[in-house]
Amino acid sequence: MGKRQTGRRMPEGIATLLWPLVALGCVLLFNLLFTPGFFHMEVKDGHLFGSLIDILNRAAPVMLVALGMTLVLATGGVDLSVGAIMAIAGSVAALLINRGGVPLGAVIGISIAVAVVAGSWNGMLVALLNIQPIVATLILMVSGRGIAQLLTNGQIITFENKPFEFLGGGFLFGLPFSVTLVLATLIILGLVSRRTAMGLFVEATGDNAAASRLAGVDTARVKLLVYVLCGVCAGLAGLIVASDIKGADANNAGMYIELDAILAVVIGGTSLSGGRFSLVGSLIGALLIQSLTTTILTKGIPVQFTLVVKAIVILAVCLMQSGAAWKTLLGGFGGRR
Amino acid sequence: MSNVALERKIRMPRIINRKHVPLIATFSVCLLLYIAAGIKYPGILSAGVFVNLLGDNAFLGIAAIGATFVILSGGIDLSVGAVIGCSSILVAVFVSRWHMNPALAVVMVLCLGTLLGSGMGALIRYFGLPPFLVTLAGMFLARGIGFVTSMESVALNHPLLVFASKMSIPLGDRVSLSISAIVLLAVLVIALYVSLFTRFGRRVYAIGGSETSSLLMGLPAGSTKVWVYALGGFCSALAGVVYTLYTLSGNASAGVGLEMDAIAAVVIGGTLLSGGVGHVAGTFLGLLILGLIQTMITFQGTLSSWWTRIAIGMLLLAFVLIQRFIQNRAQGGPQTADH
Repeated sequence: MGKRQTGRRMPEGIATLLWPLVALGCVLLFNLLFTPGFFHMEVKDGHLFGSLIDILNRAAPVMLVALGMTLVLATGGVDLSVGAIMAIAGSVAALLINRGGVPLGAVIGISIAVAVVAGSWNGMLVALLNIQPIVATLILMVSGRGIAQLLTNGQIITFENKPFEFLGGGFLFGLPFSVTLVLATLIILGLVSRRTAMGLFVEATGDNAAASRLAGVDTARVKLLVYVLCGVCAGLAGLIVASDIKGADANNAGMYIELDAILAVVIGGTSLSGGRFSLVGSLIGALLIQSLTTTILTKGIPVQFTLVVKAIVILAVCLMQSGAAWKTLLGGFGGRR
Repeated sequence: MSNVALERKIRMPRIINRKHVPLIATFSVCLLLYIAAGIKYPGILSAGVFVNLLGDNAFLGIAAIGATFVILSGGIDLSVGAVIGCSSILVAVFVSRWHMNPALAVVMVLCLGTLLGSGMGALIRYFGLPPFLVTLAGMFLARGIGFVTSMESVALNHPLLVFASKMSIPLGDRVSLSISAIVLLAVLVIALYVSLFTRFGRRVYAIGGSETSSLLMGLPAGSTKVWVYALGGFCSALAGVVYTLYTLSGNASAGVGLEMDAIAAVVIGGTLLSGGVGHVAGTFLGLLILGLIQTMITFQGTLSSWWTRIAIGMLLLAFVLIQRFIQNRAQGGPQTADH
């Protein structure tokens, strides 16, 4: 029941990915022509170094959060609290490491467990109490960062722990370990959503929750599950960021990441109103945002312009994906609502 | 409680009482919080503290009142904080670098804010784009323009602006209403009038309730939407101007994350994020509650600032639950939440 007819789905999948891929291709092509050494990669100490690897590494937290966010958006929800969950998970990990004597597995396990609790809290508010997702997750967005600050007493907690630092700074098979984590998450979520009925249920819930419920889909459980998964992804991203800077910064960790993640997901072809989703598309969206940022930095354009460029990209992508915009473009301004 | 309800009913005869339970709840919480604060810290009850509370939170209040209209129409505006930062730095740069007349600079910035708002509204109207994304783009654009204009904050010492920032209405001994508070109260009165007694106000409620129905009724839903976002942009720009006067400097990073505080004030004020239900007065009460929590934490002295965030989160939760409960009772069962 859960399996999809891949033969029929494939062309559609490629069509969804077309625009984000074209945009990413444009950015890379621009760099190929105008940024010497952008594609240069070299092996140092058995690790790959270069701008492309740097983009992958820097985009890793957003990619992770975007993967979880894809499922949430596909059910027609939204999760604003991912940044706060990242801050909490990072703080918990830093506190446990500094306590001493806690094995690495337990540090990661407990931090992720806290993220699961945070995700279930969101899921409970949305699925069981039927609170609008944007308000439900706003609660944790506002108070979650406060909780993280309470844990760390408002300080940046630094730590020294080589095995934990591997999470955000290590290399596996020449690639940054954080990228490996992203790929692993993609594969797990991809298998869960495409090889079981879950993906179908998620899309059904997002398309029409009432009809899905009548058709026997337990929409409440589906919603609960996606918020928990999103929380786990955010927790993992929080651990990567904490391990990368060797410290937990409750004030700034994951600040505004929810917006970047939502943006990445939407660029990747998943609609804000729910329904069909594409995990790979979200990753491409996150990579597009990061390669734009890196391009702006390497071209010596002042950082302030990044935001303006981002605004233009959002509008361009939105207009490209909107049927009404194409109609207006092709048929003049006749098609008013 | 029933006394308060009765009073409200008499004062606002047009509105059905059940819809106003959230507003009454907000009012009661505000009153209880004030009494509790007064018992614990008698100093908090002085008129001076109250007037300062209005003045210190005026820019948030003005922005939140604009956001109320957007949310009542069923939309959302994420660009609020960024427009405040952008208009703050623009006023400062216009006046101190370009030597423009401050009055002209303020008018120009207000126009630019309105223009940005109506631009976003037009994109939402003509292309059917989701407000969340369009105003997200507006947020990046406004913040970007602000930072491109000047990364550093710009101090203002133009005599006219210094004079304007010191303007106040004396209310008695050592208590006076500052210019920020005056603007806030003026905006509140105008917004109350517009939302309750004008055609535009009724249309906003109508589209928020059901866009399809209001279109079928022959209401100009499209143009009303554009106007709503224009109004939101205007209010945010005005909030930016008030912020500039309040600090006598322009700062491009002013108002970071303020859009969420504004939304919190609106939700605590009993307005539903799905649109159609709510009240401008509720937003004002929500603002007072947020300000009061901050003042209490300042008075307490040892509590850290993060308790403010946690308290606001808990209050949000409480109000959302109250609203849910009322809605469920009104509709005879839980409804599916969409956005």
